Amino acid sequence: MDKVILGDNQFFAVNHASDEKARAQSIQFKEDAAIIKVIDTAINLGINTFMCTTHDRIANICDHMRANKQRYWDFNIYPCMPYAHKYANAFTELGIVGTIKQYVPGNLLGAFAKGGIAFLSKDFIGLMELLIDAEMKMFKGLNTPVIFIQNVLVDMILGLKMYEVFSHYDSYIRKKYSAEPGYITMNMPLLLDALNSIGIENPIICSSINKIGFRMSGGIEIYQKYLNEKQFRPIAMQVLAAGALHPKDAIEYIGKFPKIESVLFGASSKSHMQETKELIEANIK
Amino acid sequence: MIKGAVIGLGKMGLSHCAIVNAHPDVEMVAVCDTSSLVLDAFKKFSSILTYVDYQDLIQKEKLEFVIISTPTRFHFPMVKYALEKNLHVFCEKPFSLIPKESEELIKISNNKSVVNQIGYHNHFIGTFRELKRLLQQGIIGELVHFTGEAYGPVVTKEKGISWRSKPEEGGGCLYDYASHVLNLIQEIIGRPMKVSGSQLKSIYSKGVEDAVYSTLTLNSGLSGTISVNWSDETYRKMSTSIIVHGKNGKIICDATEIKIYLKEPNKKEGLEKGWTIKYITEFAIPVNYYLRGEEYSAQIDYFIDCIKNGKQAIVNSFEQGHYTDKVIEMILANAKKN
Repeated sequence: MDKVILGDNQFFAVNHASDEKARAQSIQFKEDAAIIKVIDTAINLGINTFMCTTHDRIANICDHMRANKQRYWDFNIYPCMPYAHKYANAFTELGIVGTIKQYVPGNLLGAFAKGGIAFLSKDFIGLMELLIDAEMKMFKGLNTPVIFIQNVLVDMILGLKMYEVFSHYDSYIRKKYSAEPGYITMNMPLLLDALNSIGIENPIICSSINKIGFRMSGGIEIYQKYLNEKQFRPIAMQVLAAGALHPKDAIEYIGKFPKIESVLFGASSKSHMQETKELIEANIK
Repeated sequence: MIKGAVIGLGKMGLSHCAIVNAHPDVEMVAVCDTSSLVLDAFKKFSSILTYVDYQDLIQKEKLEFVIISTPTRFHFPMVKYALEKNLHVFCEKPFSLIPKESEELIKISNNKSVVNQIGYHNHFIGTFRELKRLLQQGIIGELVHFTGEAYGPVVTKEKGISWRSKPEEGGGCLYDYASHVLNLIQEIIGRPMKVSGSQLKSIYSKGVEDAVYSTLTLNSGLSGTISVNWSDETYRKMSTSIIVHGKNGKIICDATEIKIYLKEPNKKEGLEKGWTIKYITEFAIPVNYYLRGEEYSAQIDYFIDCIKNGKQAIVNSFEQGHYTDKVIEMILANAKKN
């Protein structure tokens, strides 16, 4: 994995410290061209990986990349599925069956020729595979060497202790997409233990890692212990703790853990991207 | 280990289930729902027992608490049954559709030494706690006005088939989104005694309102307004905020930040004249397991802590939930008149 990974929160009005800033970003990135411009700037600075949710608008970005293959042929995308709010809002309005009906591609009865919902409940894994395929459709023909499940889903499965779901996900991603499965979580130590318990070794785990312990469930000490002692491939996110830390301090802290392979960060301006990239490369060996 | 069960596996029920199941002091014994799809998932992937009948569950399993997260109209019979069996009860918001019913539940629980709590999770968000503390310190002087708002993209098209589109089951923006705002105002600023100018507007839904506007007058005489709309797709998810104006300044608070403007500096609080902005990073309540927000775990941790220590919940008690039910009833009556 590349050391520096560009995230997509800034494009979709996600800001963990300020709803107001989030709104300003949603105005700034109203047009897809504004997003593409930032990605192109990142590529010019030598950033070669973009981690993004399966938001509807990412499909447009993917269309652009397919149409300009020469420019993006070696660019990596790490998809993160699903775009959770799409499902969460549908869930509130339509309930669980309504949500599945809305998002399973094509006609549900067509997809499950043997009898719709009744059949579904006997084949959750088949349903999961259908939903993954639906989310992955937008990336067809692009490089997706690592495919992540989003933290809301990972952490829900983790809390429910339905670990078997992880192993099905893991093997499906390897088999169908020849990609490495990745996990985003707000509960890194708990998740690593859970994955190890079902025989998933050395997984790619993307989690909040920052000097002040923000969104590091269970506390900073256990995170540090796992980063020092356990076998896994960590990606650090929220390294600036939603803006509470100065970039230099924040990334020097990340540099204390040689196991961390990559840092995920969101930025819109060239100078901010350049500064962050240089800091990451100086601190992560 | 404290043994518990979750009744009702919608969005909140599944979330509670995951949080409770991850709690180190709790044994999650069983779940109950009428959806075979959801129950089959539990049967297939977990060792948690499944029931379709809550009475059956409560009778057969040895429990200490239940979490009730069914559509609101079922809260009354379910909470009543659980209290009669001496169980600690955590009930989703709003408490009840009929304030007389929630009043009866308070009476029953007062005669039992069981913990009672309602799921108004905003009280476990650090910024709103800080707002309450600052107002108690009187840092913006005599209060002049407040505004409570919540916006989000739940119903953005003309369709909808779940219980949330039926008023008799507790659907609609008033019970869902606005109840949070009303409860926050009630517990942070003061209890509404009178409502006026209430408007319930349907935008896309048929049969229920998608937006709520009203003026509230509190027990202190202070008045303010609420503006709530769940059909606003300019928001990615529900966004709730409270603005309070005082003679010495103003505070704007939401789940991510608290912005304080003071006409004069406040030495005791270390706040300068003009704007001070503080972020959730400073106030977030630490949790051992996180799902969708610290507040969801923190409220369950608090409930379990109350059970363990034999104390009553002072945040989100049945009584507080019941009072919000009464304010909702006032708004319904007032909107009808208008």
